[in-house]
Amino acid sequence: MTYKPVQGSRTVIALVQDKPGVLARVAGLFRRRGFNIASLAVGHSEKRGLSRMAFIVEGDAETVGQVAKQLDKLIDVVQADDITDQDVVYREMALVRVNAQPSTRTEILQLVGIFRADIVDVGAEAMIIEATGDADKIDSMITLLKPFGVREVMRTGRVAMPRSALAKGGRDGFNVKR
Amino acid sequence: MAKTGRTLTGGQIVCESLLREGVEVVFGLPGGAILPLYGILPQYRKLQHILVRHEQGAAHAADGYARASGNVGVCFATSGPGATNLITGLATASMDSSPVVAITGQVARSAIGRDAFQETDITGATLPVTKHNFLVMHASDIARTIKEAFYIARTGRPGPVLVDIPRDVFQEPAEFVWPETVDLPGYVPPGKGDEAAVEKAAQLINSAKRPVILAGHGVTISHAFEELKTFAEKAQIPVITTLLGIGSFPGRHVLSLGMPGMHGVAWASLALDQADLIVAVGSRFDDRITGDTKKFATRSRKIHIDVDPAEINKNIHVDAPVVGNARDVLEQLIPLVNRASRPEWLAHLDALKADHPSLRIRETEKLLGQHVVKALNDITEGKALVVTGVGQHQMWAAQHYLPSESNVWFTSGGLGTMGFEVPAAMGVQVAQLDKIVWSVAGDGGFQMTMSELATIAENNLPVKFAILNNNSLGMITQWQDLFYNKGFYANAYTRNPDFVKLAEAYGIKGIRVTKQEEVNAAIRAAQKHPGPVIVDFRIEASEHVYPMIPGGMSIDELIEEKL
Ligand SMILES: Cc1ncc(C[n+]2csc(CCOP(=O)(O)OP(=O)(O)O)c2C)c(N)n1
Repeated sequence: MTYKPVQGSRTVIALVQDKPGVLARVAGLFRRRGFNIASLAVGHSEKRGLSRMAFIVEGDAETVGQVAKQLDKLIDVVQADDITDQDVVYREMALVRVNAQPSTRTEILQLVGIFRADIVDVGAEAMIIEATGDADKIDSMITLLKPFGVREVMRTGRVAMPRSALAKGGRDGFNVKR
Repeated sequence: MAKTGRTLTGGQIVCESLLREGVEVVFGLPGGAILPLYGILPQYRKLQHILVRHEQGAAHAADGYARASGNVGVCFATSGPGATNLITGLATASMDSSPVVAITGQVARSAIGRDAFQETDITGATLPVTKHNFLVMHASDIARTIKEAFYIARTGRPGPVLVDIPRDVFQEPAEFVWPETVDLPGYVPPGKGDEAAVEKAAQLINSAKRPVILAGHGVTISHAFEELKTFAEKAQIPVITTLLGIGSFPGRHVLSLGMPGMHGVAWASLALDQADLIVAVGSRFDDRITGDTKKFATRSRKIHIDVDPAEINKNIHVDAPVVGNARDVLEQLIPLVNRASRPEWLAHLDALKADHPSLRIRETEKLLGQHVVKALNDITEGKALVVTGVGQHQMWAAQHYLPSESNVWFTSGGLGTMGFEVPAAMGVQVAQLDKIVWSVAGDGGFQMTMSELATIAENNLPVKFAILNNNSLGMITQWQDLFYNKGFYANAYTRNPDFVKLAEAYGIKGIRVTKQEEVNAAIRAAQKHPGPVIVDFRIEASEHVYPMIPGGMSIDELIEEKL
């Protein structure tokens, strides 16, 4: 399944120098150009000293393309691209603390099973569920958990990567379900 | 890496690095956090330090110096208020792509983040108004950082770079190692244009019937004066110069059309509208030129030559973008364009000039700003360096001053910074000591930065000031008259100083002019005088600048003066 984020939102990936203040430069640029960052994920890249950032921003191809170009101009940004029009794999992780009484545990466990999520902590009255997938999947899981009492949600923000190309003439990539 | 094996203090490393970057002059004002650097300066006599009266003046002076010399301009300020005073000057330089390096003192490393006395997060504060900035936490990083700062400031699309150095880092000893090269993987300034893109542009040019060139600051910045002239002459394409493009093409050339846009001459705006091809060179289709972008130049194809890829399709959609240095790209284009002659198009433009006499001054006994600028243009033959403030006087100067030499026009185009006229003129004069520098000033802007008159007098810089004194914020009067139902408010001064006496107080020659007949003699007297001069031209206050295309409108809404 190729998941496209919310209609009208686009994905920009930036490879940036791992230096103090880079996040402020990048975030400041989005704010100055009037863009709201819907989701942001940052982490080390495969290259030493470089981090990769994934932004989900609202806007059309033209305006977001302009932001990508402005990002690319930042000295600490090595490369920035709007990858929305490529075939992209999106993933996000969420931790959800949900009320769990002995009477509701089984039902919650079933839900967790359906979403291929994991229980990572169990307490007397609550448990923490870890779910990974695209944003829709996490959204639906949280919706279904709501009746039990969702106490806390922490999401990583979406990470994204264009699929690898197959051999010449072939379709780009294929889907491997987690 | 060239090891020198010398252990120096951070302050000495700053000076050594500046010398290696070819810096000769620095504008600045000391304070606690930067005092260790000032303590070192006497050891470096080759670095001339000009002590300003306000740090904004230092930044504008460095900007003016950079524009007039083609080298990076440098300013120093202390932490906190010293550094924040630079911001307007850095923003001005940033909007006009001027290469400035600002070095600021910061509180000691151990005090950072504790709201220490005179602490400001100046790298945070200047993020949006610099091309890049640095906080240097070790003396061993200073040389590399300064090398990078200068490289970033002057290459690609130039701009200001700030280097913030904590007080104790100036004092910290480190080995001085001057790097031979810079290593900035995220920064690759474009050079030549892509060949296919240049060829496409050449094809459009060769098939155009009614082409115009829109020459912007990029021509001046890349020193593409000769290339632009050769290109325009070979293909017989008339040249429109933007506010910052004035001085990139000879104003008295037969192919010169002058400035378009909000207060541009009518024929230039009409030519943009009627052209079938616009060749924009180092211009960013600013809103002062386009007005309503939907109605801007709808009949034409567009070529956009710009060093900054982010400018392509930012404001106006173009058919043939060429990313590259203006001079390189023009050099590539010249052999590809056909030698042409376009008698019909040029005759049509001449007819537009005759039908829309935008530069004709109305019949009146009164002294108008236009009279002064026209006289300056005639007497200097367009050879003087002209610096302006922002407002009506700036627009009159832009219309009537027709440079006959390249790079003689200095104005705050992007930010529109009143007060630019005094310190920037100082910087321009420092860069071009043997040239005549005229600052065409507004009485409003002049009073914002006139504290630098002391610096100018102290250094005997022979800047000539022409204050177009209407005792008011003239452009504000005009807007309130036209767009705010004559609701005049906060537009007029009731107690301006006597500028002739003020000149005397600074030990500067002062001249007052109240009549048209006195204008020429005053300009000549000022030019003859070896030192700085202030000429107080008492001009008519209710005069408007015409033509005018109100903001956000199109050529259809062009307002012309009834003569
Ligand atoms: C620092 C700054 N403050 C305010 C403005 C807004 N502004 C634009 S033109 C103008 C009037 C300028 O007056 P003056 O310098 O006397 O020039 P004039 O228009 O009278 O020629 C003002 C206030 C500005 N451009 N810059």
